Amino acid sequence: MVPLENYLALSAIVFALGVYGVLARRNAVMILMSVELMLNAVNINFVAFAAYLDPGRIVGAIFAVFIITVAAAEVGLALAIVIRLFRNRATANVDEAATMKW
Amino acid sequence: MEGFGPSFAFWVLAALTLVAAGGVMVSRNLLHAVLFLILTFIGVAGFFVLLSADFIAMAQVIIYVGAIAVLVLFAVLLTPRSGRDNGETRWALPGILLAVCLAAIFLFVVHDTAWNTVDEAPAGLDARALGTALLTTWVVPFEIASVLLTAALVGAIMLTRSPEEEAEDALV
Repeated sequence: MVPLENYLALSAIVFALGVYGVLARRNAVMILMSVELMLNAVNINFVAFAAYLDPGRIVGAIFAVFIITVAAAEVGLALAIVIRLFRNRATANVDEAATMKW
Repeated sequence: MEGFGPSFAFWVLAALTLVAAGGVMVSRNLLHAVLFLILTFIGVAGFFVLLSADFIAMAQVIIYVGAIAVLVLFAVLLTPRSGRDNGETRWALPGILLAVCLAAIFLFVVHDTAWNTVDEAPAGLDARALGTALLTTWVVPFEIASVLLTAALVGAIMLTRSPEEEAEDALV
């Protein structure tokens, strides 16, 4: 059986890739995709913990289900905001939409 | 779960997922990044199958690959060509440094902790038990999640209306 550490290490690397994408990329859609990557890494962690640490296996799976739900809501709203940004500013660069930033 | 098969499947899936996730970060064209992202989602679904969480794997394929990725693709295709350029990167070096440090800390913690794993062979995740738990113990978060989805849907529709529709509403 694959050790639990392998799953955790893999999800840590995927999460770090997502962190880099959020920090360094300037395209709004790209930042959104990096957030999705991070949420997926968290989901791997939850399901792996449920399989390896909890004999009942339910709670980790429930967390994963809720994370998937919230991710769906988040993507729907964020893409609506991106389309709106395109219509008003003709750009997807988040640095050019910094009117409220001093 | 003994033997060669699961660990071989793990390494193949790990290679697929990591290469695809790296491709999302590296590719300069936003469309290619979305396609790599779909590949990553499929790899993660493979991990869920490997962890014998069939229901979560199915939900992953249907919601992430089927809905979220297609939504992102639509958003990319609906926006003008100028927005499809993904090349711009600011503060790349601090970003890489922070990501590497974060990964190092995570890997150290994962390696250093004595995980209190259950020894018995994992039974498959029971979808019936999951549904029962969702509608009894977790019913309040479940309802809140449904309200959240409705609110997000209404908000997305409100945000993406055309200027003509908004002008019509202003008269009423």
